[in-house]
This record gives sequence, structure tokens and C-alpha cells, in this order.
Amino acid sequence: MDQLLNDFSPGLFFMQAIILLILIGLMRKFAWKPILDALQSREDGIQEALDAAEEAKKEMTSLNADNERILKEARAERDGLLKEARDIKEQIILEAKEEAQEQASSIMESAKAAIDVEKKAAIAELKTQVAHLSIEIAEKVVKNELSSKDDQLKLVDKMLGDVTLN
Amino acid sequence: MKSMNTVQKSIKGMMLFAVMLVTVFTHASGGHGEDNHDSEAHGNQIDTAEEIRGYIKHHLQDSHDFVLYTDGATGKHYGFSLPVIVSTSKGMKFFMSSEFHHNDDGHVVVEKDGVKLAKIHSKIYELNEGSVTVEFDADHHATNAHKVIDLSITKSVVGMLLTALLMFLGFSSLARGYKKGAIPTGFARVLEPLVIYVRDEIARPNIGEKKYRKFMSFLLTVFFFIWILNLLGLTPLGFNVTGQIAVTVCLGLFTMFIYMFSGSKDFWQHTLWMPGVPVVLRPILAVIELVGFVLIKPFSLLVRLYANITAGHFVVMSLIALMITMKAAFGPVASTGMSLVLSLFISIIEILVAFLQAFIFTMLSSLFIGMAVEEHEHH
Repeated sequence: MDQLLNDFSPGLFFMQAIILLILIGLMRKFAWKPILDALQSREDGIQEALDAAEEAKKEMTSLNADNERILKEARAERDGLLKEARDIKEQIILEAKEEAQEQASSIMESAKAAIDVEKKAAIAELKTQVAHLSIEIAEKVVKNELSSKDDQLKLVDKMLGDVTLN
Repeated sequence: MKSMNTVQKSIKGMMLFAVMLVTVFTHASGGHGEDNHDSEAHGNQIDTAEEIRGYIKHHLQDSHDFVLYTDGATGKHYGFSLPVIVSTSKGMKFFMSSEFHHNDDGHVVVEKDGVKLAKIHSKIYELNEGSVTVEFDADHHATNAHKVIDLSITKSVVGMLLTALLMFLGFSSLARGYKKGAIPTGFARVLEPLVIYVRDEIARPNIGEKKYRKFMSFLLTVFFFIWILNLLGLTPLGFNVTGQIAVTVCLGLFTMFIYMFSGSKDFWQHTLWMPGVPVVLRPILAVIELVGFVLIKPFSLLVRLYANITAGHFVVMSLIALMITMKAAFGPVASTGMSLVLSLFISIIEILVAFLQAFIFTMLSSLFIGMAVEEHEHH
């Protein structure tokens, strides 16, 4: 300890204090401050660039997801449209079928009705003719009856033969 | 931290070993040493344990001359003298250290305007009025002279100025480089990671993200100052600046003043009136804490640096001296080889220690600053 105290030089202490103070001041102004500022701004720049890249990546991902979503939606819409079109087509066909059926049946019906009317008319005419014929036959028979029985029968036979021929 | 302790321990072990060696050989050749007692003054070759010890002691002290090499045969010193600036009883005196003619035991008395000055063991003494030569008592203390305030540009001051210049040139060029582009080029590429290292590994984790910026100038300056001075001490220029107790005391006090003056309200509350402990204990704790912060922490900082660097220089020089001290026992080849291998090994460790001590000083400084500026969360 005595040796240490003896070695201690107040003058050197003073010089060291002065030199260190001046050195700290000088270095602060001309070296440390600009260096640390430059490092800080460079690191901030790097950090910003990294953040921006990260941000871009995120945006890219969200964009991709968006694209995916839009694509999916489009596909779904297309599918929907197709399905709708198919449904419409089927419905149209169905309707057409039904209408055709209806029309066909109505035509049939009217045809049937017409046939019925014609038939009825024909039958009526037939009936009238048969009645006329019968009356004629009966007239002739009645005329012949007045002659002979045989002649009358012959006449009836002959008339019947005519009728059959007709 | 564990490896640091191991290194420190092993260095201490080496130092002890070297001290033992030197002591053993001092006893062995004690008689021989007596004959050449004033060999240093005459510049003879240094070849006894006594002289080696004196030489090492001389090296560890600050010096008023810058001697690179001494010719043992002729006693001629190669190097340059440095300005001496002393504040005496008759005002400031300026002269070159060459006027002492490399004398370090007070035999050469320089007279400046009626003030007689002598240099004894790297300290400048002013002779009392009426004395002509320095008189010594039995312990080799001057009896008729007293120390003066010595503001000389000593070897250590030269070392500090050189370091300051190197730092200023290096880092201001790094700073200027940023004006040209964000990426440094050339030597600045080496310096930039060091600055980032101090900022990210030392200051930020210990002081905290919010407040570290304010202390960066001090921490960076001190880190590079100590590191470069430690490394300069390993060059053959023979600086031993961070092994000067005055220098480390100054560094330690700087740290102490910085953390004491930037202490937060919480820090002072926890130091002076610790909440959560019985009131009776609080004054006792305050005394303990204050002694810790004002004395023990700076003392541990300054002694650690001083002791490590001094020990390092001591060990390296002792191991180099093995070449001479072991010559008688092992012959010139073996002793030279041993000395070479051992001193090379220790020198490599010293390069590590040079960084380590700068790192530890800065680390602990920022740790103490961090303690002082910390704001506790109140529950």
C-alpha cells in the first residue's frame, strides 16, 4: 500500500484526467456521435427494409388467398350457372313435353268428338236410309202382297239380295 | 467470466513463480550484487538478479525520458528526452529531461532560477533552501527535499497522447467514411465491428435500451483507450501506462463520478433508504451501499486494471530475464530457449489480457452505470 501511494503521481493523474476529458469530448464530436448515428440510421434502414419485405410477403399471401377465393367463387358461380341452365333446360323440356301431351290429347279429344259427331251423323243417315229402304220395301211388299204371296216373298228375297249387294 | 478468472489465476500463479525465481536468485548471488551496486548509474550490463529486479522496477515506473535502448558497454542511451514541467515553490519550471542526464538517484541537481531539482526514482524533488546535494537517510529517502507537482510530458503522457491520436485518426476516419456510404471500406471495416461490439455486447445489455446512448462516448473512449494502451505496453517501446496507478485511479474515478451523477431517484432511494427492510437496518445498509459505490466499486476497477497490467509486464520481463538468471544453472542454450518459449507463451496470453482488461473495465463500468440509472418497477 505504501508502495502504491508512493507510486501514485498526482501530476500524471492530472494529465490523464485532462487528456481523457479532451479525448472524450473530441471523440464524441468527431467520431462517436457520427458513427453511432450512422450505425443507427443504417440499422433502422435495414429494419425498415426487412419490415417492408415482410409486409410485401404478407400482402402477397393475402393476395394469393384473395385470388384463390375469387377463383373458387368464380368456379362456384360457374357451377351454379351450369346447374341452373341444366335445370332450366330440363324444365323447358318438361314443360314442352307436358304441353305437347296436352295438345296431343286435346287434338285427340276433338278428333274423337268429330268422329263421334260424324259417326252419329252417319248412323242417323243410315237410320234414315234404312227407314226409307224399309218403307220402300214395305211399300213394294205391300204392293206385291196384293198380287200373290209367292211374288211378295220373291220380291222380299230379291230386295234383300239387293240390300246385301249394296 | 469463468475463463477470465482462470486466466487471472494462472497469471497470478505465473507471477508468483517468477517472483520466487527472482528471489531465489537474489539470495544466490547476493554477494555479487553488492559489488555492482551502482552499476545502473554507470550503465553496465544488467546481469545479476538484483539489477534485473531494479530494471523491472524502473520499467514499471513512469519515466521522464523515452529510452529505447541503452548501450551497456558505453552507458549511452538511445532515445529522446521529454519536456519536464514542474510547479515549484518559485513558480512553474520548464526544461528538457536531458538535463538530468538519465540520472535517477538524485545525484544530478538541476538548478532553474534558484530552484534546485533532482530526480529520484522517476520522481522530481525540490531541494530545500540552502541545500546543494540530496541527502538520504538509511531507507534511501531524501531528507532535505520534497516532491513537487509534476506535470511533465512523461513517457506515459506520450503514450496517452499517441493513443489519443491513433484513436482520433482511426475513428474520425470511420466517421467520415459514413458520409460516403453506409458501408465502411478499408480499415474502417475492422473498427466498425468493435464499436458495434461495445455498443451491443457491453453497453446495451448492462445499461438498458433507453439510456445507453448517453454513456456511449465515455464507454467507447475508455474501452479503446485502455485496449490500445495495453497493446502499446506489449510493444518494445516499453510503455506501461495502464500499469500506472495514477492512470487507473483516474479512470476509476471517471466511472464513479459518471454513475454517481447519473443515478436515478430509485437508485438513491435504494442506496440511502432501502425500502422493504426494517427501519433500524436502513442507515446501516445506506452506509454499506455508499461505501460500495463510492469506494469499493471504483477501487476494484482501478486495482484490477493496474494489477493485471503490472503483473503482466513483470512476468514477461522476469521470463525474459530467465535467460540471464538461469544461464549458470542450465547453460546459455537451454536458458535462452526456455526463456523464449515461456515469454512467447505469456506474451500471447498478455495480448488476450490486454483486450480482456479493457473489456472488463468497460463492462463493469457499464454494469455500475446500469445499476445507477435503473428504474425499479414499483409494486
